[in-house]
Amino acid sequence: MQPDPSAQNASAFRPPLGVALLKRFMPRWGVHPESRKQPSSAQGIESLPLPAMLHIPLLQHSGAAAKPVVSVGQHVLKGELIGARQGNISAPVHAPTSGTIVAISDYPAPHPSGLAVLTISLQPDGEERWTECTTADDPFSLTPAEIAERVAAAGVVGLGGATFPSSVKMLLGQRSKVHTLLVNGSECEPYLSCDDRLMRERAAQIVEGIRIVLHAVGASRALCGIENNKPAAIEAMRQAATAFPQIEIHALPTLYPMGSDRQLIHVLTGQEVPSDGRSADVGVLVHNVGTLYAIQQAVRFGRPLISRVVTVAGGALGKARNLEALIGTPARLLVEHCGGLREPLVRLLMGGPMMGMQLPSLDAPVIKGCSGILALAANEIPQEQPSPCIRCGQCVTACPMSLMPFEMSAHIRIGELDAAQGLKDCISCGSCSYVCPAHIPLSHYFDYAKGELTARERGKLRQESIRQLTGARKERLEAEAREKAEAAARRKAERERAKAATAQGKSA
Amino acid sequence: MMHPSHAPHAHAATSVSRVMWLVIAALVPATLFSIWLNGWPALLLWLVTVGSAVIAEFFCLRFAQRPAAPVLADGSAVLTGWLLALSLPAWAPWWIGALGSVFAVVVVKQAFGGLGQNLFNPAMMARAMLLIAFPVELTTWMQPAPLFSADALSLSQSFALTFLGQMPSSFDALSGATTLGHIKTELTREISVTQALAGHGQSMSASLFGLHGGSLGETAVLLLAAGGVALIVLRVITWHIPLAVLAGVALPALLLHAHDPARYLDATTHLLSGGLVLGAFFIATDPVTSPGTPRGQLVFGFGVGLLTWLIRTYGGYPEAIAFAVILMNALVPVIDRYVRPRIYGHEKQRRAKPAKGGA
Repeated sequence: MQPDPSAQNASAFRPPLGVALLKRFMPRWGVHPESRKQPSSAQGIESLPLPAMLHIPLLQHSGAAAKPVVSVGQHVLKGELIGARQGNISAPVHAPTSGTIVAISDYPAPHPSGLAVLTISLQPDGEERWTECTTADDPFSLTPAEIAERVAAAGVVGLGGATFPSSVKMLLGQRSKVHTLLVNGSECEPYLSCDDRLMRERAAQIVEGIRIVLHAVGASRALCGIENNKPAAIEAMRQAATAFPQIEIHALPTLYPMGSDRQLIHVLTGQEVPSDGRSADVGVLVHNVGTLYAIQQAVRFGRPLISRVVTVAGGALGKARNLEALIGTPARLLVEHCGGLREPLVRLLMGGPMMGMQLPSLDAPVIKGCSGILALAANEIPQEQPSPCIRCGQCVTACPMSLMPFEMSAHIRIGELDAAQGLKDCISCGSCSYVCPAHIPLSHYFDYAKGELTARERGKLRQESIRQLTGARKERLEAEAREKAEAAARRKAERERAKAATAQGKSA
Repeated sequence: MMHPSHAPHAHAATSVSRVMWLVIAALVPATLFSIWLNGWPALLLWLVTVGSAVIAEFFCLRFAQRPAAPVLADGSAVLTGWLLALSLPAWAPWWIGALGSVFAVVVVKQAFGGLGQNLFNPAMMARAMLLIAFPVELTTWMQPAPLFSADALSLSQSFALTFLGQMPSSFDALSGATTLGHIKTELTREISVTQALAGHGQSMSASLFGLHGGSLGETAVLLLAAGGVALIVLRVITWHIPLAVLAGVALPALLLHAHDPARYLDATTHLLSGGLVLGAFFIATDPVTSPGTPRGQLVFGFGVGLLTWLIRTYGGYPEAIAFAVILMNALVPVIDRYVRPRIYGHEKQRRAKPAKGGA
């Protein structure tokens, strides 16, 4: 499964027919959760009125947190840099609107823990005055490095949920001879329809984003995969891409987790990403449609990523909608704009129900990776208690990575984390937990074990460095003692020599 | 206000009890048919066997100080008793059913830790134990005397038969061997399979529709197969095990019957007799005691089928499915260890191994 690079380049122009096509129709993994994308998918993207306060966390991406570059009381313009990237893998954050910085302090993170993260609070002045933006009338005259820099400066991260800085991904692609860009429009999570609406309403911009990335990484074709439950999005994208033969739009079977990059690569190209590798190793780069839209906005108009489309849905809600919300908008405002809570809120989620995170409260802000705010009522969430595994093997059939979840969880239960084969390959998609008739929280076990193994690894490294430090200290102390002893011996010898000299003098 | 919980926040409409009760539902038509075919004694034996399984499970849970109601509601004890009842001769005495159920639930299932922990199929272990310990009771087959027919036993006669062992005098003449038992006996008398089959006088349609002697529930081949297919359609079981079991019996039967029809029984008779269909769709597919991967299930199923054919053909017992299932149950941990899917993005395990050994 690890083809040599020359073979990859030779296959660069091969259409995805044959084996790939067969595999596309017959993936043997996955689950079919109830889609529940209606009624939000029927609602056009609306923008939200300006909130009274925005809370912009400095860590909204994978990598190092951004460093605040503004001070309390400072007035900022819309799109102005307020947090600069630190380190190689990081992303800056920008002011979503013009206003005054009122606090740079700890604020509950949009995370189940609700732990505090450094957050910039911005009070909008209502004027929406833009800062000066570097536009590009012809993005294709820019060099790949310039494009990557603009994308990095705009703080664009993967909007599908992984929130990996897009520019880092692009640079990686430039280095490793990517021949194909995969455009992820599958949106396989139930409830969510933000990508669907984006493709229907802003297909031209997405297609330009695709061409910009193709240009930036030197890839020759783009394959866009959209699940066949979004016919309008497929049609809109086909229309927008007609002039560009290098962009192919493919309808994919509706199957969760089609939107996982490894599965999408396999279905669209027939290739598997090696276990310890990245998608660039098979000559492929995967970007979500939302990310491509953000890239286009960043490169052509110089607009940083300060807002995103969020699906607001769930049975506890008045009316499901797709809202274009500024980063930092509290979830409460989105919920209120959708008619507020109609039924008691039993679970509040950020993202889809399969991989989404529970939010501790409605005060959590919208961040770059927030594809949905779901307010779920009691009848929408699983209530049953786990019972013993009956080894039915449904988890094995569902697993898109071909793991054996029931066996892995049995090992993890008794603490044999290393015996859980394939733990590192698990993508935490939750398909196993979803199908388990015994309601065993399998993916929870795996996330626990992964965290535990990482902690152990870290502990081992720390112990190793402590051992090295102790060894070094011991050596240093020994050397010092040796030097002291030598010096003492030298002084003693000198003293004795002097004494002897005096004695000689006296006697003489 | 909300308890933190981990993704996924959605679940398929399924549960262990749904799986168990669907399997039971799929058994209902064949069971009703068999009760009609074999009369009141069959109903009494079925009641005793299922009832003892549930009572035994209840006492085990009480003994282990676990709440009994939710576990009993999952239907697994009922299913164990039900499957055992279907594999017993319809006119067996009550204590055969009760003893079998108690053994299945207490020794084979709960002693190993309850649902999901048992290595062997409880119903088949119980049947094998009974067959070895009480061969006479387990191999006394009656010609069917359907309810409401002239031959049928009255309810009081049935009570006397099942609970007191009082055989109505007029019925002695009606006992008859199963097809496989008959062939086995005739072969030892050097009578060829063809002649033996003709002598047994059981037509193909009688086999298909189950109008002949045999265990309580194994005879209604069509109804059992329909129930099994329904389970596959409802995704309660997959096609792998049933198909592999049937293939495991049919392939050697086809080959050797073509080679020597006088010595070896044909594939169709094999497939239609001795509870093979019950075993293939309902017993070998027990999730707990079968492999967890589709390819492992194919290996397991084919092994069950092949062993069944081997024991039927060369072994001492004509009804072989119980032994075949138990033997393959013992191999499940080995199958699960070696027959695993290749993990996405990994080389084939075959290629990875020598490198590991060399290192």
